Amino acid sequence: MKEAVHIGRNPSREPDLQELMARVALGDEEAFASVYDRVVSPVLGVVRSVLRDGAQSEEVAQEVLVEVWRTAPGYRADRGTVINWILTLAHRRAVDRVRSVEAAAARDHKAAALSRMPEYDEVVEQVEARIEREQVRRCLSGLTEIQHQAVTLAYYRGLTYRQVAEALTLPLGTVKTRLRDGLIRLRDCLGVTA
Amino acid sequence: MTTADPHLLTGAHALHALPDDERAAFERHLADCEPCARETAELHATAARLGLAVATAPRPAMREEVLRRITAVRQQPPGPPAAPRRARAALRAHRLSRWTLAACLAAAAALGGTAVWQYERAEDAQRQARRAEQGTAEIAAVLAAPDATTRAAALGDGATGTVVVSRERDEAVFVASGMARPPAGKVYQLWYDDGGTMRSAGLMDPGRADQAVLMEGAVDGASAMGITVEPEGGSRRPTSDPVALMGLPT
Repeated sequence: MKEAVHIGRNPSREPDLQELMARVALGDEEAFASVYDRVVSPVLGVVRSVLRDGAQSEEVAQEVLVEVWRTAPGYRADRGTVINWILTLAHRRAVDRVRSVEAAAARDHKAAALSRMPEYDEVVEQVEARIEREQVRRCLSGLTEIQHQAVTLAYYRGLTYRQVAEALTLPLGTVKTRLRDGLIRLRDCLGVTA
Repeated sequence: MTTADPHLLTGAHALHALPDDERAAFERHLADCEPCARETAELHATAARLGLAVATAPRPAMREEVLRRITAVRQQPPGPPAAPRRARAALRAHRLSRWTLAACLAAAAALGGTAVWQYERAEDAQRQARRAEQGTAEIAAVLAAPDATTRAAALGDGATGTVVVSRERDEAVFVASGMARPPAGKVYQLWYDDGGTMRSAGLMDPGRADQAVLMEGAVDGASAMGITVEPEGGSRRPTSDPVALMGLPT
């Protein structure tokens, strides 16, 4: 395995997280507390980047963490690393929340997309401010501008590709392609393996 | 609306940027396309790295809150992973290589919060139904036990509760009649009272006003039984005041 797939920059942490998850799966609350300590910051970060609202973000982050506890017996290492599993769940839940709120408000997609659009720079700033995230920053900056904007709006804003297309006034096909080739470039730059 | 080539959607899928209908169509495609499944799994892992980059410190009190919440949440049963039905159907239909299946499951698990959840709910319901079937014979046995004794009480709002205990069998049955539906997301949980310490005796079906429930566990030395309203899935200890407390016949 390449170092890049481990959490942060310390490769020795991931085996620990795997072991902890095995104990959590047996109902070990202390092990869950350790998992909490390791993952809570990125979980909250992901949710908050999508939802923006502090109180709502915390609510969703808590739900995600409780869900990690509940579904721990079903976690399997061959599905991916613990942190990937948890952050994917966190992003999914955050996106679901954004979309359900949007659906409930019956807002026009275009208006919603446009009103959310201009802030992407700010997220990138946040990312770029963290020295320990140097690698992600470097790789993001290696994308073309359109790739960069499309990936950022989708991941950090939770927009659908249609909303991204409307926000950036690009054809749907172009957005799909840019999301894919942008992520592929990031994957190669970060040395990610599945 | 969609372009002809679904391969292009791997990125949008990994970023949760597909509307539900297109996501479902893409996931069906994944089951038949090993390269797509591999790429999708890799791009999901890549997206997680974007998440790691925005870590935010939580409010310190949140730790205690989450650790308290999990004590009231029952874990899903261990065993084979709860694969969404779609993935299982794909397995039967297409004889996938083991690798492809693993990748598809990874992808499905990755995004499938809702599908997995629904599947688990269905499994829960099946398990409950099986338990109910087994329960019926046992309930009859308790009610028909030669030493069975009965205690009934009005539970308010016109509801009545009757508890039938067989000390010989060391089992009890609670029969409810006209119980109000618990609030959304809540269930009635039964308890044995062991001299002031409450021990869970299982959950009632929140959807039925009239029901007979075989209380879980042995009556043992319990002197009373109680009912509380608890979050779905039940709690380890009562988290609310009892809606009813009834002494057990001795």
